[in-house]
Amino acid sequence: MTDSIQPDEQGGAEAEERIPAMQSLLDNPFLLLFIGVAVPTVLYTVWGVMEVAHIPIAN
Amino acid sequence: MSNMFRTCPDTGLKVHGPAEALIKANAVAAVVFLLIGGLFGLLVALTRWQAIHLLPADLFYLALTAHGADVLVFWMIFFEIALLYFASAVLLNCRLATPRIAWVAFALMLGGAVMANVAVLQGESSVMFTSYVPMKAAPHFYLGLILFAVGALVATAVFFGTLVIAKQEKTYTGSVPLVTFGAVTAAIIAVYTIASGAIILIPTFLWSLGLVGEIDTLTYRIVWWGFGHSSQQINVAAMVSVWYAIGALTVGSKPISEKVSRAAFLLYICFLLLASAHHLLVDPGISSEWKVFNTSYALFLAVLGSMIHGMSVPGAIEVAQRKNGFTQGLFGWLRKAPWGNPAFAGMFLSVILFGFLGGITGVIMGTEQLNIIIHNTLYVPGHFHGTVVAGSTLAFMAITYLIVPLIFRRELIFKRLAQWQPYLFGLGAMGISVFMMAAGTLGVSRRHWDMAFSDAPFAFDYPPAAFMMMGLNGIFAIIASIGGVAFIVIVVGSILFGKKRDEETARANPVVFQGGGATVSSHGAADEVKIPGTTILVAVFFLSFVLYYFVNWKYLSEVWPLS
Ligand code: HEM
Ligand SMILES: [Cu+2]
Repeated sequence: MTDSIQPDEQGGAEAEERIPAMQSLLDNPFLLLFIGVAVPTVLYTVWGVMEVAHIPIAN
Repeated sequence: MSNMFRTCPDTGLKVHGPAEALIKANAVAAVVFLLIGGLFGLLVALTRWQAIHLLPADLFYLALTAHGADVLVFWMIFFEIALLYFASAVLLNCRLATPRIAWVAFALMLGGAVMANVAVLQGESSVMFTSYVPMKAAPHFYLGLILFAVGALVATAVFFGTLVIAKQEKTYTGSVPLVTFGAVTAAIIAVYTIASGAIILIPTFLWSLGLVGEIDTLTYRIVWWGFGHSSQQINVAAMVSVWYAIGALTVGSKPISEKVSRAAFLLYICFLLLASAHHLLVDPGISSEWKVFNTSYALFLAVLGSMIHGMSVPGAIEVAQRKNGFTQGLFGWLRKAPWGNPAFAGMFLSVILFGFLGGITGVIMGTEQLNIIIHNTLYVPGHFHGTVVAGSTLAFMAITYLIVPLIFRRELIFKRLAQWQPYLFGLGAMGISVFMMAAGTLGVSRRHWDMAFSDAPFAFDYPPAAFMMMGLNGIFAIIASIGGVAFIVIVVGSILFGKKRDEETARANPVVFQGGGATVSSHGAADEVKIPGTTILVAVFFLSFVLYYFVNWKYLSEVWPLS
């Protein structure tokens, strides 16, 4: 709040401040939630369990 | 509606009554489980001190199971739920979403934790808190854990709900404060963690009832560690948020760069959980691709996140302290820091001990080749007592010294003891971490009742130094326990008997740095960044890191001599 860009210096308060893509990602907790759950689910859990499922069964 | 809020005289924040009550309940439950679990830890340490060898074998494994579950799961997660409510409702000046459901969550967690404890104490569930199949515990052991997990998941949903309300009701402007962002990170990690726990424990519960034929051991381990390891990452994310919060509240520090700190949290969200794979580095049947991808590439990115926080927390404190007028030399800011304030002291010790003890050793253990030197030895508990005890537990204790006056609105009793407590507990935690790691380096197994192998069919001797390490471990366990008991006496005593803090006492005896309330609840970085002292600290850290890393490769090369 205190250190955000002063609108007047940027050409008047009316000039819409464009929000950088990274910031809008960080401001969206549910998108982050999706990423945070999907990444380990795919790369750790699903990949790992698939490998176990492919171990041939002894007879 | 508005009469449900009060304005905090110390921070100027609006505090929602029901949120405050829930923070209190969860914090108190947490502290109770810390007490129970900590005492079990002392019993375990005194048993592993071979000269004392306190408990018989069956009680040793019972105590070890209770210790792991009570401190690692119940103490930590209850406290984290309190932190989530604090970082959402309090820091965003907002009402808590659905307090009634939050109470249901609390009841589920409490009921579950009590049930699991009963099961362990009955003696039929000494399966360690990892409860690897095919070891079978009593059904209510699993059911207790499941109820606890479901309750925690509901509490996390309340947190997300509160974020939505704060946004809708515009109780803050722009981005959420950094501390809240850290809490969001912790909550996201918690969702995956708790879901993994429930997914694997529900079939295991059915299996213990005889309703499911068998649980595949390897699959169990993969999914269970999605819970077991990831819950450590809730602890890390929550701890880092607490570091930032205490810095803001005690010396008025602002992050040196919001962007960088938030990016570091994003690295946690994306990569930290994959490191769960380091628990499976010696499991057969899983490919090296999976192991190396998840532990190396992903883990290093997550470690990068921690190193960023490890630099930016002291950096922020240095900037703030210099601004507060402590500009002398390289380390004047550090010498003149409020070391007599237990919140600050506990936080800074936590940063240092977490980095040097927990952080460096974690990277060693997460490296597939090096892991084999110490796999399943006491090095492992040594490492995580560096992270979760000297790091997270100490940080949570530190912020409790602010929660008691600010949320419970009581003056601390035994202020002198409180000043010493972080050092006492920090020293003890450092000792148990270092000496368990030392014993582990000498090969001593973890989770083992008798390191002398007295009635084993084959004689085996650990080097005498290993026995000495376990003796030293026992001594530092006693120190840590004294520090832990001191914490509980101070906190519980203050809540029950401390002087009530009204506006007048708050003005006469402020616990928060002037403007700290506004700093912690807004976003924005420090305007001038000059951190020569921190730069030197970080250089020392890197040097130790690199040295220790290469020492371990050297050590590995000697395990299997080729010539
Ligand atoms: C007074 C403080 C404490 C002492 C003296 C202590 C001591 C010990 C000892 C000696 C072990 C046994 C290692 C083995 O034989 O394998 C152990 C295990 C463990 N400790 Fe602690 N500890 C303390 C506090 C904590 C805290 C605060 C936490 C978590 C927040 C914690 C988490 C654990 C866990 C998860 C294990 C592993 C249990 C298992 O292998 O199943 N400890 N502790
Ligand atoms: Cu782990």
